[in-house]
Amino acid sequence: MNRRKFLNGYLPAGVMIPSFVNGMGFKAFESGHTFLNNVLLPGGDNDRVFVVIQLNGGNDGLNTVIPLDQFSKYQNARQNIFIEESKALRLNGVDNIGLHPAMTGLQQLYNDGKLHVVQSVGYPQPNFSHFRATDIWMSGSDSRQVLNTGWLGRFLDEMYPGFPIGYPNSTMTDPLAIQIGSVTSLTLQGAAQPMGMSISNPSSFYSFVNNQIDPAPNSYAGKELSFVREMSKQTQKFGEVIKVANAKVTTQSPYPTSNSLADQLKIVARLIKGGLKTKIYMVNYGGFDTHANQTVAGDTSIGSHATLLGNVSNAIKAFMDDLKFQGVEERVVGMTYSEFGRRVLSNGSSGTDHGAAAPLFVFGAMVQAGVSGTNPILPMKATVGDNVPYQYDFRSIYASILSNWLCVNDTTLNNVMLKNFQKLPLTKLGTCSILNPVGNPDQLIVVYPNPFHKKVTIQFKSAGGHTMIQVMDSAGRLVKILIDANFEAGTFRVDFDGEHLPAGLYYIRLQNQVIQQVKSVIKI
Amino acid sequence: MSTERKFQTPPSLAAYAGPWDKDAVKHLLRRTMFGAKKDDILYFTGLGINGSINQLLDTSLPLPEPPVKEYAVGNAMVPDTIIGPGETWVNDTNNDGTIASYRRGSFKKWWVGNLINQDRTIRENMCIFWHNHFSTETNDVGNAQYVYKHHNLIRSNALGNIKSLVRAMSIDPAMLVYLNGQNNNKSAPDENYSREIQELFVIGKGTGADFTEPDVKEAAKLLTGWRINSTKMESYFDPNRHDTTNKQFSSFYGNKLIAGKTGATAGDLELNDFINMLFANDEAALFLCRKLYIWFIYYKITPEVEAGIIAPLAKLLRNNNYEVKPVIKALLSSDHFFDMMNRGCQIKSPVNMMIGLLREFEVKFPTPDMYTTNYGLWNQMLSYFTNLQQNLGDPPDVSGWKAYYQEPGFYEYWINTDTLPKRIQYLDSLVTNGYTVSGFKVVVDGLAYVKKMAAPRDPNKLIDELADHVLGIPISAQHKAQLKRDILLSGQSDDLYWATAWDLYISTPSNAANTKYVTTAITNLIKYMVDLPEYQLC
Repeated sequence: MNRRKFLNGYLPAGVMIPSFVNGMGFKAFESGHTFLNNVLLPGGDNDRVFVVIQLNGGNDGLNTVIPLDQFSKYQNARQNIFIEESKALRLNGVDNIGLHPAMTGLQQLYNDGKLHVVQSVGYPQPNFSHFRATDIWMSGSDSRQVLNTGWLGRFLDEMYPGFPIGYPNSTMTDPLAIQIGSVTSLTLQGAAQPMGMSISNPSSFYSFVNNQIDPAPNSYAGKELSFVREMSKQTQKFGEVIKVANAKVTTQSPYPTSNSLADQLKIVARLIKGGLKTKIYMVNYGGFDTHANQTVAGDTSIGSHATLLGNVSNAIKAFMDDLKFQGVEERVVGMTYSEFGRRVLSNGSSGTDHGAAAPLFVFGAMVQAGVSGTNPILPMKATVGDNVPYQYDFRSIYASILSNWLCVNDTTLNNVMLKNFQKLPLTKLGTCSILNPVGNPDQLIVVYPNPFHKKVTIQFKSAGGHTMIQVMDSAGRLVKILIDANFEAGTFRVDFDGEHLPAGLYYIRLQNQVIQQVKSVIKI
Repeated sequence: MSTERKFQTPPSLAAYAGPWDKDAVKHLLRRTMFGAKKDDILYFTGLGINGSINQLLDTSLPLPEPPVKEYAVGNAMVPDTIIGPGETWVNDTNNDGTIASYRRGSFKKWWVGNLINQDRTIRENMCIFWHNHFSTETNDVGNAQYVYKHHNLIRSNALGNIKSLVRAMSIDPAMLVYLNGQNNNKSAPDENYSREIQELFVIGKGTGADFTEPDVKEAAKLLTGWRINSTKMESYFDPNRHDTTNKQFSSFYGNKLIAGKTGATAGDLELNDFINMLFANDEAALFLCRKLYIWFIYYKITPEVEAGIIAPLAKLLRNNNYEVKPVIKALLSSDHFFDMMNRGCQIKSPVNMMIGLLREFEVKFPTPDMYTTNYGLWNQMLSYFTNLQQNLGDPPDVSGWKAYYQEPGFYEYWINTDTLPKRIQYLDSLVTNGYTVSGFKVVVDGLAYVKKMAAPRDPNKLIDELADHVLGIPISAQHKAQLKRDILLSGQSDDLYWATAWDLYISTPSNAANTKYVTTAITNLIKYMVDLPEYQLC
């Protein structure tokens, strides 16, 4: 080379690195990877999407789904923050509940047949720590169990074995899951690594080149180095795919402004319509830890909680409208959840403290509209320790979605959920499997004497199959499992010796296939 | 990895007896300061290990001057005209919403300035440790004077007595606002602080943390009555709001009964009993030492680490009545800290990475008298931190940043498909074009950096020195050779090409084409280095 030419010329700054690297034959990533067959589950309907909306902080269920059939007890327990009966939003064909006045969007969805309300969702031995409870919901663990994988992470591990080795491939070109935002959620954590991709702006990814020259040392530093390299690879592999999908959608129906949940769902709608094969989306909305000033004095229908619920309701409604506008509404089901509900009794700061079970919403054009469960049985005179006991284990919701929406077979379901959970009729009949809702669930449990001092008898009706009777205390803690076995259809009796229990309010819970019922009983 | 990763020596607090070489010094500085500046490496090498650690733990230096008014009052309803430009606002009670917002901004920018200009101690690092530990959020607290006071409490006690710090924190105005302590009264106790002081600040959530829900309720009753005097900007106790009943704690606390008291001193006396009870529990020291371990060493606490490091460290903490200095000293002086397995294994936090870059490359900022420009420049760093998910002053919630507690990934939580490209983008930006406020440009001056090297005309030594200075773990000779050829030699194989270009730059910088060549090559080399995954580690 002419030396003078070399010295007088220069290489343009911005373009230099990529062309150097490609030109100089730096070892490319994954040059020798093998393609794995993408093992899809039998019956898997490939275009179904599930959207998870996490509400951070612990949403106050009693002011979200207002128990109209126990209004005076509700009012007494929350004299400074109760929602006025006349302001609760009524749902067609439903007498016993009303939605928070700010949730006009969800009211409309219910009346359109696209919303399902599940009452009192929780789990035995509820945990009142944000962080522990969030981990429990995200990992699908028992209360005292610590799992380092997320329930959707495990699902994705089952659906796409070996990820990330061999991905993307011809059957699955796109990210397995997308989380809108800059954080990595435990929900999507697989056995080896996060299964989802975090993005905050789908239209631009700063492109950078990375080169793997040196093998990672066998040390902690090597482990972390490998992790960073893997993230780098994924960003590059999937960044393009996302940008392309995002750019395909040029019009969307209107979304509310100044609503960060709406902003996130807007992106989700684009990516679904833009053609990504991604099945799982996660979005996040916080601020629900309303220890103080949940409502405004003088008008409890407004305040911090109202604003939050209004934003959730408006965002979901706009999202559903857009999905319909885009022609993809039948592909999407979503759910909201929060790590716990809040205390029955309000506190002195016009707020509520951490509680246990709470209702959640499942929405979508293919959702079976309705309400699962009854209002929690409120105490006559609530005290500071009273909590809403659970009627449905949160993992039942997960199992139902996996089985009846994402069409997972029973073996896989067991690998993901780790235990058997009652499935609920959340999605319309004909989606994956037929559900036979057992008839009118009135009076399946009779408890006597009530109040009791030593022994109490529980008479219960089973439709056959797996039947469980549990005893829980007023804080939602499991005291004893009285029955947990298969039964023939019929009426049965079991005695419970509760003499040793502290006096107070208890709950007897029956679970039989898709049916559950809770009765309260007082020990004196 | 199929082979077990093993420490060089079984974990213990035995003092480091290895060489006090550049690598050891860099490792210590990278874990205690932000990036290892070349001058600092030289300075600490000269002090030897004990001298170095004593220097790092030196608290005799004065605290920085408080933040100043660098903002215009805009359309504030109640402007703070009494405070002149460049004067501090921290003692002025103005709490107008707009002014408070400007002041919170001023506080955060000032904090960045302290990080960039840090002295040769661990204090700035410990301020962030304690901020993460006692996470409050400036946006929730609102009142900027309380925000500063809270920060100053941490800063003044960063290397002091943990028990005293927790005691003071329990009635700190910002904390009383953030965790609702100021609303906690006998007719409706609020459990927010009583839960978090146990779960997050003293006992933790480990397998040995068996405090109960009733403990949370009893503690809430004990903490009733505290209020804030907004004129004096300090907390006070109102006995009329205090629950005077006895507080019975669980078997975890030895069934301790804290007698309820009445009168003006009840709050203080019961709080003292409560703090003593918490810290009398063995789990407190274990929890705090595990946090320090994760902060300074690594997040994997194996059974041998628990037995060899955490347990004796916790004992040391208790025996020193919860003075934190002896514990940090023991940890940082240990052979285990310097074990090769523990080097280069942390993923840098956003703050560590960005401030580290500024310090490593000695990026210039205006002189202190130009405070408005400085605050403006520091503000940009805050945006970087926030976009990378470490909003200094406003962690996501009271449990701090996930990187320091979330299983299984811990620091890996800083890095995902969104934050990683942003990290690279921000680093590249500072290395290439920089950013400008009021005409002052902040950018890495690669030429100045390279000029100070031992042998910049030798492309091999140049790359060696750069890689050695900034990378968390080394890259191979083969990798460096490829870099040399592609970036410094423009594809050629003769080192002379670079030497000649460099010599010409030194002798005749007015030769525009050559200077441009040299500048671009150095910029690209630095950019390449900081884009490497190895740069993300420390």
